[in-house]
Amino acid sequence: MARMLSLLVLLLAAPLAPASAQIADRLADPVAEARAREIGRELRCLVCQNQSIEDSEADLARDLRRIVREQVSRGASHDEVMRFVHDRYGDFVLLRPPFRLSTLLLWATPVLALLGGLFAIWRLRRRRAVPVGELTEAERARLAERLGPSLSDKSQGEPRT
Amino acid sequence: MSGNADQDAARPARPSRRKLMLYAPLAVAGVGGLGFWAMLRGLGDGSFNPRGVPSALIGKTAPEFSLPGVEGLDLPPLSSPDLLTFDRPIVVNFWASWCVPCIVEHPQLMALHRQGVPVLGINYKDRAPDARNFLTRHGNPFTRLGADFPGRTAIDWGVYGVPESYVLDRRGVIRWRWAGPITPEVMSESIVPLIRSLGRA
Repeated sequence: MARMLSLLVLLLAAPLAPASAQIADRLADPVAEARAREIGRELRCLVCQNQSIEDSEADLARDLRRIVREQVSRGASHDEVMRFVHDRYGDFVLLRPPFRLSTLLLWATPVLALLGGLFAIWRLRRRRAVPVGELTEAERARLAERLGPSLSDKSQGEPRT
Repeated sequence: MSGNADQDAARPARPSRRKLMLYAPLAVAGVGGLGFWAMLRGLGDGSFNPRGVPSALIGKTAPEFSLPGVEGLDLPPLSSPDLLTFDRPIVVNFWASWCVPCIVEHPQLMALHRQGVPVLGINYKDRAPDARNFLTRHGNPFTRLGADFPGRTAIDWGVYGVPESYVLDRRGVIRWRWAGPITPEVMSESIVPLIRSLGRA
């Protein structure tokens, strides 16, 4: 029975072996791994620049992934790990830029654009709402004079050849 | 245009607004084009570097580290206290034998060495025989050389690729960083004047 059991365990473990070699960087504890991944997704890979270190295959990204996991398994908080990387690589490493005076415009742009758009719509609607005044008698006369008889007659609905 | 007075008052606004609608997008496109042109020009002459990530360590003392030497070379190893032993500005250079731009910048490191500037090397993720061969072939500019095989010291310095060079003042404060090969232009426009002014201070 013991032999059967151990055989079963071995058989079950076999398909896991290559997979675990591929993800040697991953933490065994799924909660810690999820936390590490969450941190890693907020850190820019500085080699490829538009990927997070979780998505990148660059050497440096792998090293940073390892550091993040080391610190997480040591019990460091989200902020502590972020600070560690930020101290070394500066704001650029953060995929979500910090909110401060120098980045105010960056963060405010969507709001400003939205407000600008709403303002433009409001202005346009208000302009359109102004009723077009009736033509005065003098204007009617001038219009008829300019358009000539053919067109002024047309306005009465009698097409001419 | 003659006619009703209040109708006339409303009229002039129209053509000017139409002009605005025509010229505003043109102006925006023009400014964008100008910016793009400036960017391309900067890329061309090297004054704009999209990878020029500013170093977070400028104005700070160098991080602590202690590296072994490169095996088989009789160069002393490198640790952070060594950076303070020169009493003059120094250059710290991260390099590797597998890095092609490192070959490009090597003559400039040799020139610094000849000018008497201490150049301290950190050999990044390299194998000792390769590093030795590189220095035999291209010459050795380094006063001290540490081997950072795991790349941890490089991360502590905020290095994101080799070659990368730092200028430290005599108190060990990082004053300047260059990511990429040191070209003759970088030499004459940045490093040499900086080292001269730091040396006087």
